[in-house]
Amino acid sequence: MAKRIDVSDLDIYYGNFLAVQGVNISIEPRSITALIGPSGCGKSTFLRSLNRMHEVIPGARVEGKVVIDGQDLYGADVDPVDVRRQIGMVFQRPNPFPTMSIYDNVAAGLRLNAKKVKKAELDDLVERSLKGANLWTEVKDRLNRPGSGLSGGQQQRLCIARAIAVEPEVLLMDEPCSALDPISTLAIEDLMTELKERFTIVIVTHNMQQAARVSESTGFFNLAGVGQPGRLVEFNPTEKIFSNPDEKATEDYISGRFG
Amino acid sequence: MTTTSAPPEPPRPKRRVGDRIFAGSATGAGILILVVLAGVAAFLVSEAWPAVTAPAGDIPGGDGLTAYIAPLIFGTLLAAVIALVVATPLAVAIALYITYYAPRRLAAGMGYVIDLLAAIPSVVYGFWGIAALAPAMVPFYVWAEEHLSFIPLFAGPASATGRTMLTAGLMLGVMILPIISAISREVFSQAPALHREAALALGATRWEMIKMAVLPYGKSGVIGGAMLGLGRALGETLAIAIVLSASGGITFNLISNSNPSTIAANIALKFPESTGLDVNTLIASGLALFVITLAVNMLARWVVNRRADFSGAN
Ligand SMILES: Nc1ncnc2c1ncn2[C@@H]1O[C@H](COP(=O)(O)OP(=O)(O)OP(=O)(O)O)[C@@H](O)[C@H]1O
Ligand SMILES: [Mg+2]
Repeated sequence: MAKRIDVSDLDIYYGNFLAVQGVNISIEPRSITALIGPSGCGKSTFLRSLNRMHEVIPGARVEGKVVIDGQDLYGADVDPVDVRRQIGMVFQRPNPFPTMSIYDNVAAGLRLNAKKVKKAELDDLVERSLKGANLWTEVKDRLNRPGSGLSGGQQQRLCIARAIAVEPEVLLMDEPCSALDPISTLAIEDLMTELKERFTIVIVTHNMQQAARVSESTGFFNLAGVGQPGRLVEFNPTEKIFSNPDEKATEDYISGRFG
Repeated sequence: MTTTSAPPEPPRPKRRVGDRIFAGSATGAGILILVVLAGVAAFLVSEAWPAVTAPAGDIPGGDGLTAYIAPLIFGTLLAAVIALVVATPLAVAIALYITYYAPRRLAAGMGYVIDLLAAIPSVVYGFWGIAALAPAMVPFYVWAEEHLSFIPLFAGPASATGRTMLTAGLMLGVMILPIISAISREVFSQAPALHREAALALGATRWEMIKMAVLPYGKSGVIGGAMLGLGRALGETLAIAIVLSASGGITFNLISNSNPSTIAANIALKFPESTGLDVNTLIASGLALFVITLAVNMLARWVVNRRADFSGAN
C-alpha cells in the first residue's frame, strides 16, 4: 500500500513567519528517505506538513502542493483527519497514552476508525502490530499494564506499533531514536528496514551514520542565514550525498566543517 | 548555631538561614492547621455531647436527636446532589468549549464571565433564587405535577411560590458551577500537547482527541473540582435559608412546599432564638455536617487515587 509523495514549491508558515521555503521533492514508495540538517532549519516543520499536523498549531499554514499518488493533500475537499489516518507519525519523544494499557494503546487507532472490530480480530491485530514493532515478546504477559511503565526504547516501539496498526501508507518519523540508547536505536533501525517492505518511510535524524545506514535517499535542509527560511539544499541518493554531494554546503555539514 | 568545643565533630551539612526560616514556617503552618482542626472538632464534640445524652423528649421535636438530625442530613445531601448532578456536566462542557472549541477572544471573555459568577455573594444568589428563579420554575412544577407525577420526584402538590428543593438545588448548582468549571478548564488546558498530537496524528477528530488525551488526563481534576463544589454546596447557608420553604420530614418530592431543611440553613435560622439544650442540638447537627464533609473528601481522594497507575502522572 506504500505510496509516492510529490512535493512542489511548498512554503510553510507559522503565522507570518516563513519557516521553510520552496521545497521540491519526490519521495519513492517502499523506501526510506532521510532528512538531515542543522537545528532549526525546518525538518520537523516540513515533516509535519506531510500529514497535515502542521496546521494543528494556531496560525500555521502552507502554500504549495503535496500530492500523494495523485491526490492533493491540501485540496479543498480533503479532510485532514483522513490524511492522518493514511499517513502515520512517530514523534521524537515517545508518547504512548498514559491512561491506556499497552493493548489499548496499540488498539487506539483501530478503534478510532469507528468500525466495530471483533475482539478476536482486534487481539490478532494488536499481536501482529506488536510483533511488527519487535515488542511482542517483551510485553505479551503484561498487555493490560500501562504503556507508560515501559522503558523509553520500548515506549518508542509501542508508538511504532500503534502507528503501523492502522496500516498507513506512509510512516513519518521525527528523530525517533534521539532519546534512545544504541541498542534500542539499532532495534528500531532494523525495524525500519523491515517496515519499508510495506510502507513509505520518511525519517528526520541528526545521526549521519543512521541516515547512511538505513536510507536510500537523503535530503539536506539548511538555513541561508539567520532569520532566513529553511530550504531543501540537496536531495540525492544517500550514497551520493555521503560520498560526492553536489553542493558544497552538504559536504561541509556532513564532514562536520559546518558554520 | 556554632559549637566552640574542641573535639572535632563530623562537619554538619550546612543549612542556610533562608532555608531554615522557610522550613520552620512551613512546618509551623502545617502544625497550626492541624491544631485548629482538632480544636474545632473538640469544641463540636464537647458542645454536642449534652444533646447526645439528653432524654429524647427534651430534644426539639420531642423524638430524640436522630429523628431531629436525620431529615436535615437528608435535605443537605439532596440539595447538594441535585446541584452536583446539574452543575458537573455543564461545567465540563463549558470548560471543554472554552479550552478547545471557542475562538480565542471569546474563550477569554467567557472565562471571565464564569469566574465572575464565583464572586457574587450568596445573599445575592438567595435573592435571585427567591425573586427570579423560583417564580420562573412554577409553570414547570405545575406541568410536572400534571404529567410526571408517577415519578416520586415530581409527586406534587406543585408549589405555588416555587420555593422547592429543586429550585434550591438548581440555585446551588449555579453557585458551584464556576468552581467546577474553573478547575476543569485548568486541567483540560494542561493536557500534554504530546498526547494530544499523538491522538491527532492517529487520525482522531477533535472530539476523539478530547476523549483519548484530554478527558482521561483531566478526570481526577474534574472529580476534585466536583468535590470542592460539593463541599460548598453542603455548607451553603444563606441562599438556602432564603429560598427553601422547609417544614421538615424526609421526602424525595422535589416540587412541593414541604421540604426538609439543610443542616447549615437550619442552624442559621434557629440559632438566634435558641438557648440551652437547643443550642447543643444545633451543634450536634453541625458535627454531623463536619463528618459528612470529611467523608466526602475521603471518598473523593479514594476515587482519584484508585487508578493512579494509569493517571497522567507517571
Ligand atoms: N510552533 C511554532 N511556532 C512558531 N515557530 C516555530 C514553531 N515550531 C518551529 N518554529 C520555527 O520554525 C523553524 C523550523 O523549526 P523546526 O522545528 O522545523 O526545526 P528542526 O529542523 O526540526 O530543528 P531540530 O533539528 O532542532 O528539531 C524554526 O525557526 C523554529 O523556531
Ligand atoms: Mg525537529
